[in-house]
Amino acid sequence: MIRSLIYSLTFHSIMILLTILSLPFMLREPIDLPPIVSVELIQISDKTSIPYAPKARKIIEDNKKKEEERLVSEQAPPAAKAKEKPDRIPLPSEKKEEKKIVKKKQNPEEVKPEIRQASEFEKKEIIDTNQIAALIDKAKEEETVKQKKKDKITQSSKKNSFATSLTLSEEDALRAQIFGCWSVPLGLPYDEDLLVRIKLNLKKDGTIIRSEILDHQRMNRPGQKFYKVLAESALRAVRLCQPLKVPPTGYDKWKEIQLNFNPTEMLKG
Amino acid sequence: MKKFFIIFLLNIFTINKAYALIEVDITRGNLDPLPVAVSPLHVDIKSENYKDLKIKELGSNISKIIENNFKATGLFNPLKKEAFVQKPDIAHLKPRFEDWRLIKAQALITGKLLIKDGKLKVEFRLWDLAAAKEMTALAFTTTPSNWRRVAHIISDKIYERLTGEEGYFDTRIIYVAENGPKNQRVKKLAIMDQDGANTKYLTLGNELVLTPRFNPTNQMVTYMSYFRNMPRVYLLDIETGTQEVVGNFPGMTFAPRFSPDGKKIVMSFAKDGNSDIYTMELETRIVERITDHSSIDTSPSFSPDGKFIAFNSDRSGLQQIYVMRSDGTGVKRVTFGKGIYGTPVWSPRGDLIAFTKMHKGKFYIGVMRTDGTGERLLTENYYQEAPSWSPNGRVLVFYRETKAGTKGEGFTAKLWSIDITGYNERQVLTKTDASDPSWSSLLSK
Repeated sequence: MIRSLIYSLTFHSIMILLTILSLPFMLREPIDLPPIVSVELIQISDKTSIPYAPKARKIIEDNKKKEEERLVSEQAPPAAKAKEKPDRIPLPSEKKEEKKIVKKKQNPEEVKPEIRQASEFEKKEIIDTNQIAALIDKAKEEETVKQKKKDKITQSSKKNSFATSLTLSEEDALRAQIFGCWSVPLGLPYDEDLLVRIKLNLKKDGTIIRSEILDHQRMNRPGQKFYKVLAESALRAVRLCQPLKVPPTGYDKWKEIQLNFNPTEMLKG
Repeated sequence: MKKFFIIFLLNIFTINKAYALIEVDITRGNLDPLPVAVSPLHVDIKSENYKDLKIKELGSNISKIIENNFKATGLFNPLKKEAFVQKPDIAHLKPRFEDWRLIKAQALITGKLLIKDGKLKVEFRLWDLAAAKEMTALAFTTTPSNWRRVAHIISDKIYERLTGEEGYFDTRIIYVAENGPKNQRVKKLAIMDQDGANTKYLTLGNELVLTPRFNPTNQMVTYMSYFRNMPRVYLLDIETGTQEVVGNFPGMTFAPRFSPDGKKIVMSFAKDGNSDIYTMELETRIVERITDHSSIDTSPSFSPDGKFIAFNSDRSGLQQIYVMRSDGTGVKRVTFGKGIYGTPVWSPRGDLIAFTKMHKGKFYIGVMRTDGTGERLLTENYYQEAPSWSPNGRVLVFYRETKAGTKGEGFTAKLWSIDITGYNERQVLTKTDASDPSWSSLLSK
């Protein structure tokens, strides 16, 4: 009895230990996903601008707000002062005008729309060029702080997106390409479970070495005509689309890829 | 024990690999009709002449019918023949897929025909151009005068292979052909192929004919006619031309319709001044009363499994659609929208009920689920009614009248079809004005 209990305890503890060691996802912090934002999918170019990706946007906007606050409270007043000419006493009327200018400069609204929508990396440059010489040291200090913050952001955003997956822009580019090639069979009923999963083995240039329908046995079952039609249309789509728009790097990551074709949403609409 | 541990460890470590497969969800696609190339059928040089049939043009005539059928579905886009680069005979043997892909075709139809010993032999192949393989191939032998039907049967087979549902091309539509001024219309029973060809008149026009309906299992038709101002229900066999009177019914009789097994007809007539729904066993001629209500109950239509009947009734005030069991129990109102609902027709697929709705002086043809939810109005017009389903439950045919002037001028009645998405509305061409259409089941079934 005691012997079997010992066996049981030993094996169980080994099991738990192995599981913890070998399943890395258990060590990860729980992913704090942002609320689901409904977006309209549009035809896009090969690369999307990261700041528009829903996950990155929130983080960047928060960061932007903080930076704007800091711009107003710390950086802007000295910047305005620097433009004053100390060797000339301004007239009262001129003084007023200057005040206005100062106000304008302080106003964060003055930042051009492109600048506001630009990514944080571009923004860093813009801020740097606007820094005046007198504040270089201070700016440097801030820069290091900012850099640290940014590092944190990139790390966390990496965590939020899939570490073993394509980036959002890479995924979007691939998806947009297949959207264009896939002629959805319009006669299909919308209330049936019609999900076709296709596994592709790809070459480095995006051409298909092998395509396999994961539930291919369902195709030949009686009463599964609609599934067969959908599966064939999905296969046609990937064949017509090749070479697929794959990332230039990380071949090992995407040499095998699974596409899940689900027309339900379209057929309902 | 050691082995067990090794295998166990290996299993655990391979789990990580399984997580590495990237998945991308594709939830959107291209909604344009599928581009298909219909190559003219190659006419075998050994073909013999047959009566007045133009053999040389037969191949392209058959392909034209297939093309027109496909275009009318709204699901396919037949490409222009000028763009074709390969000859029909070579394409039928082995198409050069890259050439056909070049003109953006996704499917190709090829075929050949031979007339020998008074028989027409037609074979066709459907090719998947992206996969570079044959999807289906069939051959038919028939009398050469049946060439139009062969074209329709080929269309059905291809439609079924590409959409997963049965086709509806080898079918006929029966309707009431109308002639003359509005107050003196001559109404004849007429039948034609679903594409408008081969029109035949089945009655002479001496008597008023109304509401012809096909038997869903064969080519029998039931219709109403007024004989000496008495409504009569007739049964007509299209193949043999024989017809018989099912019975004389008192008062106003309306819209007899077959049960799904074709053994009964269901209709409404007024007994003692009150219109109710009755069924009649065709073999025994036994009439059974289904509803017994002081309101006006009309337009009954069976569900395809024969278990339910949809009908319209004014028992709640305005005319609405109700569903009950086929024995008359469990009556349930299903429409609650604004306006008046009528002519419910159960889809052969069983999932939808088509109806006519009148609201604020406009007429609508619509569909809804059988419990009355998900109402969708497909088309709106001045006056339109009497929807009838195609045998696959995807398209509706109905008739539409235009507004007449004070003297009845400018009045027309035409047949129209619309698919259940509501996007593909087309006029069905008839030789005369037409009303009250009914779509047959597949002839080749």
